[in-house]
Amino acid sequence: MKLLILLVGVLAIIAIAQLTKVYELTRSMRKTREEDISPADNKLQANLMLVWMFLFFAGVIYLYSAYGDYLPEAASVHGAQVDSLMSINIWMITIVFFIVNFLLFYFSYKYYFRKDRKARFFAHDNRLEMIWTLVPGVTMAFIIVYGLITWNNMTGPASADAIQIEVYSKQFGWIVRYPGDNKTFGSATYNLIDPSTNPLGMVTRENIQEKVDAIDEQIESLKKEIEANAKLPIWPDSYLESQQEKLYRLSRDKQRILDLNETKNPTTGLSEWEAGADDKIINTEMHVPVGKEVEFIFRSQDVIHSAYMPHFRAQMNTVPGVPTRFKMTPTITTAEMRNKLGNDEFDYILLCNKVCGVSHYNMKIKVIVEDEKDYIAWLEKQKTYVAPAEKEESSPTTDSTTVTTIVVPNNKVVAENK
Amino acid sequence: MGATAEHNHAHGHDSHGHAHHHEESFVSKYIFSQDHKMISKQFLITAIFMGIIAVMLSIFFRLQLGWPGESFGILNFFLGDKWAPDGVLNGNAYLAMVTIHGTIMVFFVLTGGLSGTFANLLIPLQIGARDMASGFLNMLSFWFFLASSIIMVASLFVEGGAASGGWTVYPPLSALPQAMPGSGTGMTLWLLSMVLFVASSLLGGLNYIVTIVNLRTKGMKMTRMPLTMWALLVTAILGVLSFPVLVSAVVLLLMDRGFGTAFYLSDIFIEGQALDVTGGSPLLYQHLFWFLGHPEVYIVLLPALGISSEVISTNARKPIFGYKAMVGSILAIGFLSFIVWGHHMYVTGMNPFIGSVFVFTTLLIAIPSAVKAFNYITTLWQGNIRFTPAMLFSIGLVSTFVTGGLTGIILADSALDVNVHDTYFVVAHFHIVMGMSAIFGMLAGVYHWFPKMFGRMMNTKLGYAHFWLTLICGYGVFFPMHFVGMAGAPRRYYSYSEFEFLDWVMDLNPIISTFAIVGGAAQILFLFNFFHSIFYGQVSVQNPWGSNTLEWTTPVKHVHGNWPGAIPEVHRWAYDYSNPEHEEDFVPQVVPLKTGEHGH
Ligand code: HEM
Ligand SMILES: [Cu+2]
Ligand SMILES: [Cu+2]
Repeated sequence: MKLLILLVGVLAIIAIAQLTKVYELTRSMRKTREEDISPADNKLQANLMLVWMFLFFAGVIYLYSAYGDYLPEAASVHGAQVDSLMSINIWMITIVFFIVNFLLFYFSYKYYFRKDRKARFFAHDNRLEMIWTLVPGVTMAFIIVYGLITWNNMTGPASADAIQIEVYSKQFGWIVRYPGDNKTFGSATYNLIDPSTNPLGMVTRENIQEKVDAIDEQIESLKKEIEANAKLPIWPDSYLESQQEKLYRLSRDKQRILDLNETKNPTTGLSEWEAGADDKIINTEMHVPVGKEVEFIFRSQDVIHSAYMPHFRAQMNTVPGVPTRFKMTPTITTAEMRNKLGNDEFDYILLCNKVCGVSHYNMKIKVIVEDEKDYIAWLEKQKTYVAPAEKEESSPTTDSTTVTTIVVPNNKVVAENK
Repeated sequence: MGATAEHNHAHGHDSHGHAHHHEESFVSKYIFSQDHKMISKQFLITAIFMGIIAVMLSIFFRLQLGWPGESFGILNFFLGDKWAPDGVLNGNAYLAMVTIHGTIMVFFVLTGGLSGTFANLLIPLQIGARDMASGFLNMLSFWFFLASSIIMVASLFVEGGAASGGWTVYPPLSALPQAMPGSGTGMTLWLLSMVLFVASSLLGGLNYIVTIVNLRTKGMKMTRMPLTMWALLVTAILGVLSFPVLVSAVVLLLMDRGFGTAFYLSDIFIEGQALDVTGGSPLLYQHLFWFLGHPEVYIVLLPALGISSEVISTNARKPIFGYKAMVGSILAIGFLSFIVWGHHMYVTGMNPFIGSVFVFTTLLIAIPSAVKAFNYITTLWQGNIRFTPAMLFSIGLVSTFVTGGLTGIILADSALDVNVHDTYFVVAHFHIVMGMSAIFGMLAGVYHWFPKMFGRMMNTKLGYAHFWLTLICGYGVFFPMHFVGMAGAPRRYYSYSEFEFLDWVMDLNPIISTFAIVGGAAQILFLFNFFHSIFYGQVSVQNPWGSNTLEWTTPVKHVHGNWPGAIPEVHRWAYDYSNPEHEEDFVPQVVPLKTGEHGH
């Protein structure tokens, strides 16, 4: 097979070479020069311009008719606005596309070189130039205004009763978190992440203690080693330095974790650690109610990802260290959409749209839009982060507030509530 | 500037054995040359080799996209068992190929290659100078370019593979070797190569600016310069102002990778470990990168537009329509290109109000662009068009510039970009408006100035075949991608088989890939024509295209210092084609005005 491809390639080149030779021979016999384009050649190229134009336009029209319905009707309120903005834009650029390409190829065809004519000496014309500065100017003004109105609608602040959902990305998958009955997310920090038990880095009193204990243990053993070495120096200096560096890091990690203090939210009376106990964390699918505004809060564990939901015309990057937001109101339930499309298998999907590593192409989570009561019923069934029985122990209501309250630095908070 | 007469023999016949006898002159003439014409050829030939690699890479990954999971002996043949076991490209290799393809095309072929070739060749010749302001810096510029090209290609062969995070190499992905194999040694080499590349661009750019500003011959007022000169001047200014910002972005990234700083990193947990870095912002990198990145697309495009202005006017035998408006729009585009970078960041979480400002500035660029397009078309109107291969490619350029520019209107509109950002719609847009246009401009330039570079003509018939195949295949590849993208298909995906909702557009993929393969193969016509004509092409006459500009007043055989005698004086603009006051249909710039004639 390889040989065959190689052979075809070599033969093709030889063929070109032979043809060129023949051509060059006839050229030298007829004494023609390469830069003198013969009338026949000029005519041929002119005709090809026209032929090409028709083929090109036919191809474009075919693509529009076969693939023009790019996505099903938008399944969100802002999505419908985006779609009408889009269709106006597409109409406009399509018309300009046809007109300008037509003029280009038609003029190329019509004005091919003939010896007996001379081109028209036409160097400028202020009126014409004014027209094609002003017309695009006015058109752009219209597009800008219409576009920005839509943009402002979709990016304005979410309403106070919007449902908040955290969408969390990591190599390679999505995790969603619902705030639970208290409607408040607990805090989380990357320092406490454990990929198998606590992928979000949720903060509770237990896992802080666990983490601190673990660090203490490491510090102890490191210290012992260093002391032993001080008595009987066997390590090279460089190794000693690296051990000391490690020690320093561990104590810094510990301090960071100890810095995470409980603050009470004045309206709910809950600390952010307590708030997290009833959070619900799910990594198989995301449910959202139809007709209610949803505000997504995005976080990322490792690199930048992008949460893209094409059916809702929604997208936002997830950035490590910088929470981002996007709000939308779904309008069509999964069941209705299945009906419309005549496809029982159809599901909305959230997919990763920022290259993030080898499985980027396969990083997705199903999105289910349903009636509010189904949504509530589904949410009820989901496990809380801390099982209710433990919850009692871990957050005795009032007397736990003896801890000094220090405001948690912003970048460690999952989502400050407005 | 010393004009040494013994250098003026024809190029191409010097064999290695022959050179041995006077080694010094061979080395200083062909290798460490400081002559702008030789340096321009060095740039062009390096760029052609880089282009071959980039096209081959695109064909490799198009095979995977067209027929996912199918085995191709050719992949295994070129990439070996590590990257293409059983003839199927693996996921990491796919991303590395895409990244290096994009990097090479944008920086090495269309920045270094395009500007390096034509700025070097044309600036001294068209403004009437003996050489560049500094031949030595010019030589350094080429050698930095070559070194960075070699490093970039070498990075394909290192353990872990080449950089794989896309040509924009966003951190944290690119900053953390544990995030993907390509973020290891491959990424370090990518960054080093870029630093050298920027050094090359700056040396070249400063030289171009200084030369154009200071070394114009008598009578060559700025307002009489051919549009190629204006385009190359503005391109060089854009490069000099924006490339340093890329270097700072790259250096900070190198520090984050190697020295434990946290410019771009914060709150990261990866590979079972919470990293020690806090307080940086990945968005900082994106701002720095796109502050270069957007001007960069005009650095790629403007020289192509300049070349096509020249070629279209010459071959339509008509003055370029609206010379002043053309200069004005080049300047306007150059200026605006610095204040639109945020249109790449609408969905990064950037403040939506700032997004609105970028919508406004970006859509303004449509106005000078439209002026340019209409002026080209008016130049053709009632012309007397001679279809040389260069002219065909220039007409093709106008078409792709318009077609691709129009979809930019959608991407500029933040509300619409939300749904097409990072999809194949973007891939379609930038390949048509930047990729195809700039490549067409570059090819037009090669066909048009080949006689000036090599003293011989290229074969016209092969040029015709090359043009039509390239135009058809180019549109065949990139036009359907709009629809793939609008249907919601993200870019930089190894395969789309995981998404049922995309199945229906995926039958476009084998078609696209077929066009890509045929289009790639069609470039063999060009390569053959190019290398064959260097040695065996018909010997050129002094002014084969009947052109007005100064380069055609120099002898066919190159001389050091360009003109054997005095540098000619310029009396008129470059566009007196079919001027009714003259018998001939062209009037070179060196012809004095007749009494009573109005100059432009
Ligand atoms: C041989 C013709 C070409 C083909 C078949 C081709 C095809 C492709 C494809 C399929 C992608 C992958 C898109 C993605 O997954 O994101 C791509 C990426 C890219 N191409 Fe091309 N391309 C060609 C020529 C060019 C040219 C002339 C340019 C010059 C501007 C160019 C610049 C790029 C860039 C910048 C990327 C983005 C790489 C990235 O995602 O980081 N390509 N190309
Ligand atoms: Cu991802
Ligand atoms: Cu841009």
